[in-house]
Amino acid sequence: MSVADAPSPTGNVGRAMRRKEDPALITGKGRYVDDIALPAMLWASFVRSPEAHAKVVSIDTSVAVGRPGINAVFTGEDMADIGGPLPMAWAPPGVEVANPPHWPLARGEVNHVGDPVAVVIGEDRYAVADAADDVIVEYDPLPAVVDPEAAIAGGPFVHEELGTNKVHEWSLPGGDVEAGFAEADVIVERRVINHRIAGAPIECRGVLADYRAGSLTLYSATQVPHFVRLFMALLLGLSEDHVRVIAPDVGGGFGQKLQVYGEELIACWASRKLGVPVKWIETRTENMSVAHQGRDQISHVKMGAKKDGTITAWHVKILADFGAYNMILTPLIPSLGAFVMGGCYNIPNVQTDIVGVFTNKCPTDAIRGAGRPEATQMIEVTLDQLAHELGIDPIEIRRKNFIPKENFPAAVATGVIYDSGDYHATLDKLLEHVDVAAFRAEQAKLREQGIYRGIGFCTWTEICGLAPSRITGPAGVGVQAGLWESAMVRVHNTGAVTVYSGTSPHGQGLDTAFAQIVADMLGVDPAVVEVIHGDTSMGPEGRNTYGSRSLATGGEAIVKATNKVIEKAKAIVAAELEAAPEDIEVSDGKFSVKGSPDKGMALADVAGIAYIGAVPEGMEPGLEETMFYDPENFVFPFGAHACIVDVDAETGKTKVVRYVAVDDCGNPVNPMLIDGQIHGGVVHGIGQALYEQVAYDDEGQLVTGTFVNYALPTAAEIPSFETDRTVTPSPVNSMGVKGVGEAGTIAASAVVTNAVIDAIRPLGVSYINMPLTPIRVWEAIQDAQSSQAEADQ
Amino acid sequence: MSATVNVRLNVNGVDHDLEVEPRLLLVHALRDNLNLTGTHVGCDTSNCGACTIHLDGASVKSCTVLTVQADGAAITTIEGIGTEDDLHPMQEAFWANHGLQCGYCTPGMIMAGAALIAENPDPTEDEVRHGLEGNLCRCTGYHNIVKAVLDAAGKSREVTA
Repeated sequence: MSVADAPSPTGNVGRAMRRKEDPALITGKGRYVDDIALPAMLWASFVRSPEAHAKVVSIDTSVAVGRPGINAVFTGEDMADIGGPLPMAWAPPGVEVANPPHWPLARGEVNHVGDPVAVVIGEDRYAVADAADDVIVEYDPLPAVVDPEAAIAGGPFVHEELGTNKVHEWSLPGGDVEAGFAEADVIVERRVINHRIAGAPIECRGVLADYRAGSLTLYSATQVPHFVRLFMALLLGLSEDHVRVIAPDVGGGFGQKLQVYGEELIACWASRKLGVPVKWIETRTENMSVAHQGRDQISHVKMGAKKDGTITAWHVKILADFGAYNMILTPLIPSLGAFVMGGCYNIPNVQTDIVGVFTNKCPTDAIRGAGRPEATQMIEVTLDQLAHELGIDPIEIRRKNFIPKENFPAAVATGVIYDSGDYHATLDKLLEHVDVAAFRAEQAKLREQGIYRGIGFCTWTEICGLAPSRITGPAGVGVQAGLWESAMVRVHNTGAVTVYSGTSPHGQGLDTAFAQIVADMLGVDPAVVEVIHGDTSMGPEGRNTYGSRSLATGGEAIVKATNKVIEKAKAIVAAELEAAPEDIEVSDGKFSVKGSPDKGMALADVAGIAYIGAVPEGMEPGLEETMFYDPENFVFPFGAHACIVDVDAETGKTKVVRYVAVDDCGNPVNPMLIDGQIHGGVVHGIGQALYEQVAYDDEGQLVTGTFVNYALPTAAEIPSFETDRTVTPSPVNSMGVKGVGEAGTIAASAVVTNAVIDAIRPLGVSYINMPLTPIRVWEAIQDAQSSQAEADQ
Repeated sequence: MSATVNVRLNVNGVDHDLEVEPRLLLVHALRDNLNLTGTHVGCDTSNCGACTIHLDGASVKSCTVLTVQADGAAITTIEGIGTEDDLHPMQEAFWANHGLQCGYCTPGMIMAGAALIAENPDPTEDEVRHGLEGNLCRCTGYHNIVKAVLDAAGKSREVTA
């Protein structure tokens, strides 16, 4: 793709414009939390539990606090004055959710390795790390429960006072699955394990809190500065207007930074207590131990179908491992998948039953895709299993069950309305890139040479663009927040434009995409449109970035605010040119009278009039508007992906040979950014399928505490990608856009799993769970071969 | 705290005399003592490469070098390889090819990529992929990073040809 950069007041939307963000980032002039230092700033380091589960008998801070350069050591007892435990913001109507208090520093008990017990504050980052080692904590170990199935079956209990490890039970019934199974000719059941993974942004978390003269400023590597501000104010007893949270450049989030973390609160509290700024920069081991993780579900799935492949019922029972505590949205996460559990298929009977369980592990919450990769994995892998059982081609069984194009907007069994879709079109386009017949011939030939090559497919949809508050809010799904978005558009005297968005992007390129949109609307060069976000004092209240929402929800708020600016500008221009406002249009960089393009005014001229005050009678001066936008519906991106892998039967090692992604995220604003999101998202999914796993031993000790033993994919494992698109605009917003940030991850693990199974089926392996590490694949092959040998005897 | 040691570093062409703890990591000397915050820390175990710099012309991970080991050395950081008005071809290629998203791994990737093509001016895609395996990125899936390095290599060859 060539990147077009010519400055232009029109035609910016849809082109692959270079990012406005990049000049600073490629020259080392980015500004991440650890790049910020304030006068008199102190450093924090945490004393963390080495035990998975224990009573804290005593904490001796005397040696640590006596070390040179150490100002204070605080424990949970010292923080008795905070307004309550850390927040959990989901209260589904009619469902009881066990929610034991989660304190920022332990109060008498630790529940997972890394649980913080004390914080050391001192003059430099080395001194506080040394002193943290000198805090002597006596623990009385308690039995730990690590396996979620053991945890749900009985004790030991993570939170003894609950008398159970069960967090909640939640169901989304659609249709009548029992009737659907009664109609079925064949039923396929599988146990699907979706193992625990890390978000693993390359920037760990970090905070710098500065409390002075009654006001708090917090710099945090967060995706959600607006949520953080609310809870800092509530928990510290501060008026919200006296709290400012700034997310500066943030080095990746992937859901891990969609959180209100104890370390944020502790730094703020300590800054207030000590009267100086306090900084904490997380180590990678801390990030792997305590920053929330994702997935970790064991599911029993059951699919019923007619002989011709028509699916009649789909029932999923999920046991979701939440770790030791509920974080802000922990128990909600599996439910996000439930709404699209039927995938892109016309299944009349779909039911999801979820049971949440506590274990003595790091808490889970949203990680890229959040519930939807799990849903896709279940339906797409099971569908392939069904196809094989019925002897139907995996592509044909998908076509057979697709929701047809003419059904959109499509009400599905899970109770949501898919906004738009054309699933045959994406699959058709995928098959233009992938010649399946040629592949099968090649595959057969390679097998004769002992090379096990396989192909996998996945046709998927997801639910994103969070969110219509009436559906997700307190009376609906039960999130204790509206999930609308805000925008402020300010035209300056000179015609330069500042856009403030309540979203908080951290790598997605929205400074560029938003500037493209506004530039076209106002007839200016995107270079003069500055986009600001992630600072709660710079614009209206916002709802941050997650759930592939920023363009569909935040972008639409910007469009609405810009439209109000245009309306006012047109009235000013109409008065100047003695025309009717409805006859004014924005064309070729000017506000001009329709049919008379020579008669027109640039935005700068309009702004000049607006600020000098020479506006029409009755109009207020200035050219600035704020809008809030709550979408009517979610958006449902979709796609068709294919992956080709080689599995080495001797070692079990899988290599991704080729990956083709055809995605549909509605109208493209910047195709370069879309492809970038797909590439990164797909690698997150390939990583989960083949390499990544957060592992604990039976005692709850974390085995994967660094990047030495948590295998993030490197460039050497990954191929280049082939991407293409179809365009099915969303009717939900005026731009016709959908989200794309999570799409690749939602699709990829299922594609890879199906490809590996296709590769090793001739070796007798017909099903295998992730992670498809060499040892697991090798063992599956060995098991299959020995069963085969036994059967042959 | 231990006794301090005097070291001299030439960083981006400028000599600096520093008095440091013997255990001070080079990355912290660059970031905290010299305020060159473009070099990042991502892992503590030399896996991620966000801290990659050039030390006497070689690409090294500055979280795994003690400042005292760099005494007398010439160091180039991301701030020294090019500026916004005069970008290094590798910086330009990362921008043109969308080789970055959050930007956190980017300085290390650019330094590693620049060293890679200095050693091997005409690399294959496979050589680039293996040459960058000491640098982790969670955003881009490497596709556009690899494209950027190949692009920069091509442009650099055009210039020298």
